[in-house]
Amino acid sequence: MPDLISALHLSAPEATLAVGGLVLLMLGAFMGEKSVRFISALSVGLLVAATAVAVTGPLGQAFNGAYVADPLAVYGKALIFLSSAVAIVLGDGWMRRARIAKFEYPILIVLASAGMGMMASSGDLISLYVGIELHSLALYVLAAFHRDDLKASEAGLKYFVLGALSSGLLLYGASLIYGFTGSMRFDEIAAYAAANQSTGLIFGLVFLICGLAFKVSAAPFHMWTPDVYEGAPTPVVALFATAPKVAAMVLIARTLEGAFAGSHDQWAQVLILISLISFAVGAFGGLVQKDLQRLLAYSSIANIGYALLGIAAGTTAGVQAMLVFMTLYVLDQFGFFAILLSLSRGGKPIRKIADLAGLRKDKPVTAIALTVLSLSVLGMPPLAGFWAKFYVFGAAADAGYWMVGAAGLVASVVAGFYYLRIIKLMWFDPTPEGVGPTDASPVEARTIAWASAAFSFPLVIVAIGWIDHFAGVAATGFGAG
Amino acid sequence: MLQGIAFYLLATVAVLGGLMVVTAKNPVHSVLWLILAFFSSAGLFVLLGAEFLAMLLVVVYVGAVAVLFLFVVMMLDVDFVRLREGYARYLPLAAIVAGILLAEMIMISLAVVSGGAAADAAGPVAATADMSNVEAIGRVLYTDYVYIFQAAGIVLLIAMIGAIVLTLRHKPNIKRQNVARQVGRDAKTAMEVKSVTTGAGVTPEDLV
Repeated sequence: MPDLISALHLSAPEATLAVGGLVLLMLGAFMGEKSVRFISALSVGLLVAATAVAVTGPLGQAFNGAYVADPLAVYGKALIFLSSAVAIVLGDGWMRRARIAKFEYPILIVLASAGMGMMASSGDLISLYVGIELHSLALYVLAAFHRDDLKASEAGLKYFVLGALSSGLLLYGASLIYGFTGSMRFDEIAAYAAANQSTGLIFGLVFLICGLAFKVSAAPFHMWTPDVYEGAPTPVVALFATAPKVAAMVLIARTLEGAFAGSHDQWAQVLILISLISFAVGAFGGLVQKDLQRLLAYSSIANIGYALLGIAAGTTAGVQAMLVFMTLYVLDQFGFFAILLSLSRGGKPIRKIADLAGLRKDKPVTAIALTVLSLSVLGMPPLAGFWAKFYVFGAAADAGYWMVGAAGLVASVVAGFYYLRIIKLMWFDPTPEGVGPTDASPVEARTIAWASAAFSFPLVIVAIGWIDHFAGVAATGFGAG
Repeated sequence: MLQGIAFYLLATVAVLGGLMVVTAKNPVHSVLWLILAFFSSAGLFVLLGAEFLAMLLVVVYVGAVAVLFLFVVMMLDVDFVRLREGYARYLPLAAIVAGILLAEMIMISLAVVSGGAAADAAGPVAATADMSNVEAIGRVLYTDYVYIFQAAGIVLLIAMIGAIVLTLRHKPNIKRQNVARQVGRDAKTAMEVKSVTTGAGVTPEDLV
């Protein structure tokens, strides 16, 4: 019994979210549709509270090693829960304006966050799988949340079918690993792999990586990303681009470095191949896009390639670089999506890249924000995106993968074209004839967009020291506790 | 002796049930034969000492999957006559696949009988002698795996929430039964005289 109490104490962040989510569900069901704002506010509070619980909670292992609370998990959870909270804030107003507001939106995000927390601190293959299913299932529903919209339904269905396929791959890999090692726990798998050379184990590992690569939308498992980004409601896409990616990256780092540290040579090859293909697909695929959300999908594919490169380095510095990269990436992405949410013309959201022409006259501050964010993602020093890439390429070069880093640099130069095109359209092109002015932006989206741009430059110069410190603590405290 | 009789009885019924599933003309009958086959297989599991698997088979396959099949068969307008077209054409191919499958199974059985896996796994071994399967699973399910178990529960809850979010529509102007109001009404409140303008007609909304 004391065992269970200490285990519950360790897993308090997820327990807070799960129990809180159920209470909010009851509240929503009894209060009806008018409770949406109230439930959204409570959900944001709940996620912030869960972050506080995660940050202040004890470290250790629970449930026979299925749950690991170490600095890496704490760092990941803080980022995941706060991102989810921002997605609820962004979504609440947007859903009400689109007249599809439902109290289930924040609740599904809260429950998905519980699943993402599980992923960040999973210590064996079962909790890995259940965490992935827990968050994916909620995300499938969120993708189709705008159910009367044909594209949103298509996005939800595509995401669901392909997600089920990737779960199949992942489970196949997991069952092979279990069959060859006789254990589900990462530490026992690592002990077995250190003592035995097994081809079957590597086979299972490759399948596992494929399943996980699908969840972070790394090429060549990215097929779903552009369609889902295009079809799903914009605030939901803002969530897709941030919290689940962080959770899956932390999970990949934990699985590969925790359970397969001895097979680094094997999985590093796979990750580097995935990184290279992601660079190429993200950079060249983005060139021909006309829809802003599709463009962001290709941008996210390329960026995930950079983050995976950090893990492929296989060093503590590599994990730290991945965490720094994901943190800065998430902050940039929220800026982009907040700008997308704040721009509309005649009641219709601006979705085409060409519609940004002449934005500087209508909304000079938003145009400046979008310029800063574009330059940041492009990797212009000393903006946030530069530091992100600086850490990743540094870690890769230290581990001897400087050729891959060079390929990444080339890819970011190619991708620079589409960010520069956005800037050129906004500042140098006139507004087309017969196009009215843009509508007034909603306060919450505008605030988040400006805050994100202000972080990208100049706040990042102050903050990078802090992020570096905390990511370093998280990466060195891996598995400890 | 008794076990042998039970085995052959259950095995025969299972095989016959399976045969009837594919040959029955009426799809509803097919599903019913399938349920019979499931029950017989559950009996075989009990003979092997795997009573938990037997219960799962009955609860999950008979209780959920077979009923789902029945729903699909009865609710969807599937033209089974057309599905059966080409039966003779595909028969040779199907026979070859079935033959290969049968040969494989016989080979595996022979290999198991003549040593191999049979040597170190002669029969199912209970985890502890004084505990049934169900008890052993229950003990770890609610202690070591309680975390996963609860998380799996939330996965199912999300599926339910998702189904409701994506399909439930609140229709206006639906009259729902209110027992208290029905019982509490009397002659005065039961009827209301509404004056209708001559020649203007009435719409359903006026009458609500």
